[in-house]
Amino acid sequence: MRRAVIAFTAFMGGLIFVFLAGASTAWAAEGEEVRGTLRIQGQPVAGVKITVATDADAPVGEATTGADGTWKVAVDKAGSYKVTLDQATLPAGKALRDPNRGTLTVQVFEGNARNVLFGLVDANAPPQGQQGDGGGGSSYWTRVAQLVFEGLNLGLIIALGAVGLSLIFGTTGLTNFAHGELLTIGAFLAFFFNTVLGLHLLIAAPIALVIAAGFGWGQDRFFWGQLRRRKTGLISMMIISIGLALFLRALLLFLFGGGGESYDQYVAQAGIQIGPISATPKSLVAMGIEIVVLIAVGLALTYTRLGKATRAVADNPALASSSGINVDRVIRLVWASGTCIAALAGILLGTTQNLNFQMGQQILLLMFAGVTLGGLGTAFGALVGSLVVGMFVQVSTLWIPPEMKTIGALVVLIIVLMVRPQGILGRRERIG
Amino acid sequence: MDWTLIFSRAVEAGIGSEAIIYALAAIGLNVQFGYTGLLNFGQAGFLAIGAYAIAVTVATFGLPFFLGVGIGLLLAAVMALLLGIPTLRLRADYLAIVTIAAAEIVRLVVRSVALSDTFGGTDGLQAFSGSFYDMNPYPPGEYGIPPIIGFDNRSMWVLTVGWVLVAIASFILFMAMKSPWGRVLKAIREDEDAVRSLGKNVFSYKMQALVIGGVIGSLGGFIFALSRSAVQPDLYSTDLTFYAYTVLILGGAARILGPIVGSMVFWLLLIFIGTGLENAVNSGAITFITVNQVGAIRLMLVGLGLMLLLIYRPQGIFGDKREISIDAR
Repeated sequence: MRRAVIAFTAFMGGLIFVFLAGASTAWAAEGEEVRGTLRIQGQPVAGVKITVATDADAPVGEATTGADGTWKVAVDKAGSYKVTLDQATLPAGKALRDPNRGTLTVQVFEGNARNVLFGLVDANAPPQGQQGDGGGGSSYWTRVAQLVFEGLNLGLIIALGAVGLSLIFGTTGLTNFAHGELLTIGAFLAFFFNTVLGLHLLIAAPIALVIAAGFGWGQDRFFWGQLRRRKTGLISMMIISIGLALFLRALLLFLFGGGGESYDQYVAQAGIQIGPISATPKSLVAMGIEIVVLIAVGLALTYTRLGKATRAVADNPALASSSGINVDRVIRLVWASGTCIAALAGILLGTTQNLNFQMGQQILLLMFAGVTLGGLGTAFGALVGSLVVGMFVQVSTLWIPPEMKTIGALVVLIIVLMVRPQGILGRRERIG
Repeated sequence: MDWTLIFSRAVEAGIGSEAIIYALAAIGLNVQFGYTGLLNFGQAGFLAIGAYAIAVTVATFGLPFFLGVGIGLLLAAVMALLLGIPTLRLRADYLAIVTIAAAEIVRLVVRSVALSDTFGGTDGLQAFSGSFYDMNPYPPGEYGIPPIIGFDNRSMWVLTVGWVLVAIASFILFMAMKSPWGRVLKAIREDEDAVRSLGKNVFSYKMQALVIGGVIGSLGGFIFALSRSAVQPDLYSTDLTFYAYTVLILGGAARILGPIVGSMVFWLLLIFIGTGLENAVNSGAITFITVNQVGAIRLMLVGLGLMLLLIYRPQGIFGDKREISIDAR
């Protein structure tokens, strides 16, 4: 048993060296600088002049955004700097979201690169963030429809992650804090095959999914399964999963760096208008995939022998074992499929936002919210709960600032626990 | 390789403000997790409350420093009560999820643009520690044992106050855990139903443990804010909580000295390895990683350390394996 844990640790260590060559380029900035990426709706904006001056208006340097929208200006010491975007150099039809914020004062800390964000909008589009008056009119309902659509999109991704989380909890009792990292690993595996090896994303993604499934299988075969055999307590395993999450996250940071990455394909797409909703074709395809996978998982759990066995194990492992079900095999398959589905969620998330070593961690709490809302350990509850959470997060931006949308979901999570701790579809006895 | 620098950095970290902050955070967790068996995953939120209470009171509203301290302690207690009421009757992992969510809520609120007039947004707040350093009895100069240890007079003042707080908290805890009250807490950890059958109000005892642990955590937040003369929201992420757990388990849960020694050893090792690797990279002894990747390696070691500790030595340095109640309830 000891051997297996050591083998697993060695396997993780080996991964470091496998990817070492590709990693060393990922770290760009050393010393103090201000930098940023100018984008509008995900598209880079090139040729914009940005000047940096000290607090006392002494010029430090200037930069022009490149084809990928990035710019950077090195500064010689930490301190406070004024960053000015020359609004005359913006391409036609683009404008600052708030024209008064063309000059930003930022603090640069010792040895750090400071990211500076300028919010851009289409000059002919209505300004954002002023529709919160709750007034009627068709633009209000257009916005509601758009947010419901985006909520569904987010909810489906959360659901993909949450189904695996919930199945693993149901069959083993483990609250897996490393589940967010499984999403990130999936996304970065696809990134590795896509950009480093140059495969098209449609080929890279399935390869990544197969490897992720293998990783999930191996994780249970060589790690969690061995811990279960040692009769490690559940709380203990939960804290071990935190250690694993810290480790995997740092490993990804080590390999791919702290900046945002994106796939070679499907980065920027023009939106198409469907009724009141504007959507990119890739997000429609992603949603289609998500729905198909979730329905397939649901059908498999309900009708196949393996699905029934899974539910039997989740219900009562001892009884399942005595009726001839190979519990360890079921759990291992749950790990493999759960990791595979989580990786799919990560890849699909990576097509709509930047890949980042924290992307999984950032939606882990939303997955927990979805799982808890639906009832811990019930796969269908996790599905419903996740959709509700995703929808709530997006629609709540009608009333609260977008940066606070996660807070709303977390508050609801706490309130639900007060009122109905077993969740929407959970059973009373589960909260014991 | 500059070994003097490496040793000096490591020893300074082992007795410096980081060690104090994490010792206080871990002492709080020790009351909750070590003695009572409560899984508080939101300790970072309690530190954030302490830090921001001082910063907002002084920097934003211009009120006296000690009022900020009072508000911090009060808010930490209120937050513990708010978290405890819905969750302490439920299973352990519910408390874990709710506390981690609450800590994130605190962080997201203080970093939000909408409230940046009060909390300073992602840049945080500065200029609130003046009256604390005005009380500094140390005249300016360098203190320590050259060439290994050297602190300026401001750090000396922070270290003095910090270690006194650690000592007071540990002493109170030592007395409390020897009292009948402390024995009830440990009994709750071992068998909640048995304690209930003896007519004790388990909910009330758990709540007291949660509040006391949270308040001790907010002391760590005070030191965090004052030692840096600044507060920044992203320093109070969930990683802080998990580091504090690593510190506690390394030292030994349910032991008075566990969190203190754990924190000193943790920072000594972490900075020793970090500075050592950086030095090796800069001097060309190691060529296959860059200086920036050293930070990631340090993080990996924390994660790996936490896993290996729980698998092979859950009692840490001082603990008693039979007493570690890391099991579901």
